[in-house]
Amino acid sequence: MNRRNFAIASAAVALSFAFSEAPQAQEPIKFGMVAHLSGPLAGGEAVTHLPNVQLWVEEVNGRGGLMVDGKRRPVEIVQYDDKTNPAEHIKAVQRLASQDEVDFMIAPYGTGFNIAAAPIYARYKYPLVAVTAITDEIHELTDKFPNMFFTLGSTSGFVEGVTNTLKTLQSKGVIGDKVAMVNVADAFGIELAGVAREKFKEAGFNIVYDKSYPLGTPDLSPVMKGAKAAAPDAFVAWSYPPDSFALTEQAIIEDLDVKAFYTAVATAFPAYGGKFGNAIEGNLGAGGVNPNTDAMKAYRKRHQDVTGKAPDYWASATYYSALQVLEQAIEGVGKVDREAVTEHIKNNAFETVIGTIRFDKHNNSERYWSVGQWRGGQFVAVADTGMGDSVAPVAKKGWK
Amino acid sequence: MPDILRGGAILLAVLAVAALPLLADGYWLSIAVTIMMYTALSTSWALFSGPTHYIALSTGAFYGIGGYLVATGMSDFGTSFWTMMAIAPFVAALLAGAIGIATLRLSGVYFVIFTLGLAEMIRNLVSWVQNNFLGSKGLYVLTELEERHIYWMLLAVTLAVFLFGWRLGRSRMGFALRILGNDEEVARHVGIDTARTKVLLFMTTGFFAALVGAIVAPRYYYIEPNVVFSPELSFLVVIMALLGGTRRLYGPLLGVIPFTLLWEVVSASFPSATTMVLGLAFLLIVYLIPDGVTGLIGKLRKRSVP
Amino acid sequence: MDVVISGLLLGGAYALVAMGLNLQYGVARIMNLANGEILILGGLAAFWAFVSFGLSPLLTLVIVAPLAFIGSWAMYKLLLRPLVRRAKTRGQLEVDSILATFGISFFLVGVMVSLRAEYFTYSFLATPVHLLGTTVAANRLVAALIAAAIGGALYLWLNRSRPGMAVRAVAVSPEAAGLVGINVDRVSAFAFALGGAVTALGGCLISTFVTLDASSGVLFTMKALIIVIMGGVGDIRGAIIAALILGLVETAVASIIDPGLTLVAAYAIFLAVLLFRPQGLFGQGNA
Repeated sequence: MNRRNFAIASAAVALSFAFSEAPQAQEPIKFGMVAHLSGPLAGGEAVTHLPNVQLWVEEVNGRGGLMVDGKRRPVEIVQYDDKTNPAEHIKAVQRLASQDEVDFMIAPYGTGFNIAAAPIYARYKYPLVAVTAITDEIHELTDKFPNMFFTLGSTSGFVEGVTNTLKTLQSKGVIGDKVAMVNVADAFGIELAGVAREKFKEAGFNIVYDKSYPLGTPDLSPVMKGAKAAAPDAFVAWSYPPDSFALTEQAIIEDLDVKAFYTAVATAFPAYGGKFGNAIEGNLGAGGVNPNTDAMKAYRKRHQDVTGKAPDYWASATYYSALQVLEQAIEGVGKVDREAVTEHIKNNAFETVIGTIRFDKHNNSERYWSVGQWRGGQFVAVADTGMGDSVAPVAKKGWK
Repeated sequence: MPDILRGGAILLAVLAVAALPLLADGYWLSIAVTIMMYTALSTSWALFSGPTHYIALSTGAFYGIGGYLVATGMSDFGTSFWTMMAIAPFVAALLAGAIGIATLRLSGVYFVIFTLGLAEMIRNLVSWVQNNFLGSKGLYVLTELEERHIYWMLLAVTLAVFLFGWRLGRSRMGFALRILGNDEEVARHVGIDTARTKVLLFMTTGFFAALVGAIVAPRYYYIEPNVVFSPELSFLVVIMALLGGTRRLYGPLLGVIPFTLLWEVVSASFPSATTMVLGLAFLLIVYLIPDGVTGLIGKLRKRSVP
Repeated sequence: MDVVISGLLLGGAYALVAMGLNLQYGVARIMNLANGEILILGGLAAFWAFVSFGLSPLLTLVIVAPLAFIGSWAMYKLLLRPLVRRAKTRGQLEVDSILATFGISFFLVGVMVSLRAEYFTYSFLATPVHLLGTTVAANRLVAALIAAAIGGALYLWLNRSRPGMAVRAVAVSPEAAGLVGINVDRVSAFAFALGGAVTALGGCLISTFVTLDASSGVLFTMKALIIVIMGGVGDIRGAIIAALILGLVETAVASIIDPGLTLVAAYAIFLAVLLFRPQGLFGQGNA
């Protein structure tokens, strides 16, 4: 379902409410959202954020809305497009806060955007439950913006997940100590590669190929040929969606013979499994979930039913969980009171589709999956922080 | 006497504009910051491109240098924001000088495309250096500056650009530029060093663009090279300046204000089709206001005189 | 050898990106900033046909090319010809066409975003082919071969046929072409439409090995502009040779020095060419 249909659908939902509850129609609670509808991050936004917002609105309004002041009030989304431009993003968040006077806001997509928006959220006391924001500056940021919360982990946490996965495989005798590492030369890739360089060495791995490639490189075959020539046991790419696809395709072409193959963002997308089919059995990537809990199963089914497509196997569920945190905190307070809701988030535990979320004194939830592996058409977590339910990684067996 | 009156009026206007953050709420302030930023960029762009007729698409490159230097200075070298803000424009000006010497003999479209590629080239080079030699902790610009401080700094830059343009118009070099703008051959014959003049002006636009990029960096907190070296910014600056008109110093201002407000209205009114409607709005501008706002005003004036 | 083969294949892909713009800018004098979006539209069509109907992109391009021809022809007639008529000088037209096509590119991005906001990714001919001791992807090889065929056909047509000669005449000088009885307006519209068709067709092929999305057109527009300018405006041979040079240089730098510097190298070679030949490799010097 595309965006316009989404808009129509949410309008239809809103309308049906207006009619069905016409006699005692309640004023909706307004949630502001600034999305990247075009520009470099639009593709990720469309997979991970927008369908979950649609799902959440439908779920909440299906129950009659949020319980506030003893009444059920429907939720309504006020959404703007920033074209993946931080200046536009700031302007749109301002517009939501002081023109539309929305009651709450839901977090944007991308580390830079969450941080750029944080000061405005702070000024207007909006709680910001960030999801797709991965940084090692969580403590500094939450000191500065005490209403900001993190749910998807830190840069170091992510790299540790990969390091542990490789260690496990090494201790099983699946791989040796030779790792080929590449990264996209943009903020995210540079940060992760920098941390990984240290952690891999500490763990006793030998980085035999270590190169970056520019964002938007149309041909990654030289990179893959170079990595292959270094004869690694494991291949790790800190990559963005288009390059995750391209590197995997090149690995198939070159028949890169590694027992561990990791690509970062987009490996968890259903489209990744759809594109490569069985060839990616055993591939590792950023994210992963435990698909076997009842809550996760139910969530995935509803996501498919309502939005017509499957959620990704990483931040989708966490993003939905962040919306649940906001929802439960608002109902817990029982009032549209942003400061009280922020306090409530700090001091309580929340039952979500990814399990219990509780924030530490730095507003950080130390429960997340960090590495997933494609197994029989599902992307299953094989490393985590605080979750404790990931399974052991196995060797990748060829590309056939 | 009229001079004093005019000076007084300008002073009053500047004071009123400077007082805006005390009166406006966050929303209008964020629009005012945008307007101020583009006014500084477009006006300094027009100082070079107006008389030389070179369409420079390098604003994004210099703006990116400003933002990036502030970010890397603060994150990787522990330098203060103010030091980096002071250094960045000079780095950009030097670079602009080197580029100017190499490329200002290119004619028309070759220069356009080269300057467009420049932002991409610098972004790639910077990312590569960051990746291989500098820090890994991410580029954070954490300062105590608020939106209104940024607004005031941008206002100061804008005033500096205007003052520079005004002085330039009255200087020997400004005279030379007017001749150069009309006919480069003539300018060369009367003994104007056209190459040097052009390079100096190009350095000025680079200087101001980097300064603006450095000043707004704290607004974003987290700098991604991919975002600050923006080709779209280069185009927007050109479009706004041309919409206003480049023949007068205040021309770009008359483009920036309506354009920013139009953009805002479109973003707010068509949240799910912003890009599409903006595209249509651009087309309408091109067809309906071919000579820019100043041209339009000139035409209306002529018509009203019987 | 690896480098040469991979480089030539990449160059072939670049030629697909640039040949269309060369016709549009060289002949019709429109610096079309929406060129990349037309390419993405071709890619979107190929993706959609493949995913929905299992249609091979090689078949889709047969349908896409005439549609893009008609669409581009209409775009020229309705939106761009008024600017050509209005412009008093070449410089004025350049400015107007930059502004107008920038608007068109926004509009097209908006349209595509509402059609599909996610990545267009699918697998077609993603199989290894062993060629002269190196391994290449079949989809890249197919794209490069088709690029060679199109390039060859365009070159022959421009240089050996009467209509082709008219197109070249307009490219060299619209005024003179008008004087010798060539219908400049019609030739320009035709060249613009043909350019659009070639670009969209290139998009179909490129989508088989590059993951595109609605907003990625600008990357291709930039590449195309650089190749066209490097090769010399209005010279199809120049565009093809510049595309191949760029492909070879990028691949060589990525393989031998550092993949992180590929795009830096691409711009450096572009600058070097302009410094030594300010009119491009095959430029006429009248731009």
